[in-house]
Amino acid sequence: MSPYRNKLDHKIIYEIIEPGAKVLDLGCGNGELLELLVTGKKIKAQGIELSNDAIHACVEKGLSVFHSDIDSGLPYYPDKSFDYVILNQSLQEVKKIEAVIEEALRVGAKVIIGFPNFAFAHGRALLFFGGRAPVSSSLPYEWYRTPNLRFLSVKDFRDFCSRKNYKILEARYLGRKGIVRFLPNLFCMNAIFVITR
Amino acid sequence: MKKNVGIVEPKIFNLPDGLKLESGKTLPSVALVYETYGKLNKDKSNAVLVMHAFTGDAHAAGYHKGEESAGWWDFMIGPGRALDTEKYFVICINVIGGCKGSTGPSSINPQTGKPYALEFPEVTLGDMVNAQAKLIDHLGIDKVYATLGGSMGGMLALEWAAVYPERIECVIPIAATLKHSPQQIAFNEVGRQAIMADPDWNGGDYYGKALPEHGLAVARMLGHITYMSNVSMEKKFSRRVKEDSDEFKFAPDFEVEGYLQYRGQNFVKRFDANSYLYITKAMDFFDLSGEKLFAKGSLGRTRFLVIAFKSDWLYPSCQSQDMVRQLKMHYVDATYCEIDSAYGHDSFLIESEGAQQAHLIRHFLTKRS
Repeated sequence: MSPYRNKLDHKIIYEIIEPGAKVLDLGCGNGELLELLVTGKKIKAQGIELSNDAIHACVEKGLSVFHSDIDSGLPYYPDKSFDYVILNQSLQEVKKIEAVIEEALRVGAKVIIGFPNFAFAHGRALLFFGGRAPVSSSLPYEWYRTPNLRFLSVKDFRDFCSRKNYKILEARYLGRKGIVRFLPNLFCMNAIFVITR
Repeated sequence: MKKNVGIVEPKIFNLPDGLKLESGKTLPSVALVYETYGKLNKDKSNAVLVMHAFTGDAHAAGYHKGEESAGWWDFMIGPGRALDTEKYFVICINVIGGCKGSTGPSSINPQTGKPYALEFPEVTLGDMVNAQAKLIDHLGIDKVYATLGGSMGGMLALEWAAVYPERIECVIPIAATLKHSPQQIAFNEVGRQAIMADPDWNGGDYYGKALPEHGLAVARMLGHITYMSNVSMEKKFSRRVKEDSDEFKFAPDFEVEGYLQYRGQNFVKRFDANSYLYITKAMDFFDLSGEKLFAKGSLGRTRFLVIAFKSDWLYPSCQSQDMVRQLKMHYVDATYCEIDSAYGHDSFLIESEGAQQAHLIRHFLTKRS
């Protein structure tokens, strides 16, 4: 079995991060990605997570975690405490996006942001032809159950970065089966960006 | 099957040279009562120091011969339990200033041959820890693997880290704080006033005479309210009326009144009023806020697990979060968990609520750096 448990986003983030880096994962869930990085890349890991069960799972894995929501968890850290701050599949649930990304860029040299691309062709088709808010594997929730507060596309995020003067160091686009290189805003389900100031 | 540690016996250690206190005074003769569970390993690296809360004692686990009730943290300590006595050498020491065997205001003053009463010098949490350190030295332990406790026990665990940063590997403060808020001081002050307003308190000089039972019971009743939560009181008592309540004469009508009176009356049998005054003052003066936690060392190699309870309004979780904030700002490895328990401040003592706490502590201690 692959160490990424077939999670392409984990595989990509794993490739991005250098061995021994200091990493803060915002919304680290049950700590799967951090554990992978600790074992394989000997990183110094910290996480912030709101869910009770997930935080217990993290302590079980021996991870250092802070039980809090992302919006209020960051002011504790001194400037540039981390080489990387990860916001993987958690950005779309954050309330104060601009403040959180600013804070992430304050405490970390680079920020890795992974999010579902709302302009993915399948979603467009569901909305255009079906006339309903898309429910797909990257956006798996009905409108009344979704934790997602934000619906953004690859283009939206690029616009955001240029408006804020954030540098995009890397962008990776994930499709159903692998990396997408052609028309990513149309054909990728998930995007992973590495940004810095 | 996870077992109990069985029959245990308290031990006494007399400090050979007394104890120099933070106030500059000296306590000439100091006894410490303590209990141990499990075995100290060959390289003496498996000591876990459990700290008791304000009115607690050294009897943390197992049974005293002929007694039916187990130690106050029995569900946490034993073979296979969170503080696994097959792995760790668990030590619990009664604090000085108390009345559970270690030297306190009810002990005999060697200079007068009578109980100290208010002649007993003011003690601090730092003094309590310094006394414990002498016992740890006596046991031949250089480094304590972990120090932990709830409430005042958590504050003592923090004090250990502040005073002996190089001797502690893990610290687990539970439902604790870096300093008392004015609200916490205020509750303590009402308790002290209740004791001192009792005519039998007699300026602290009541040993061998009538004890200030009413004052001490009222202090305990107040304390007990602050240890519970609105939800746990609703569950336990609601507005149920006592069965024998018929005439209106300000006797307890509601179950909650009867319960508090019962707890108050029970408490005076086991606790000394002057110890109540001394220890609450020591807690109120405790302050490791700002840079004080790091004054003697960086704590760079110490790991912290900070636990708070959602329904604890006496030591609210924001105090634990503030502690973690201080640690993070000093690059100290700290994990913070807020347990969703309904039982208020006392949650750390309640077995039915203890599964999450035990789980966190077990796994946190298992990871050895």
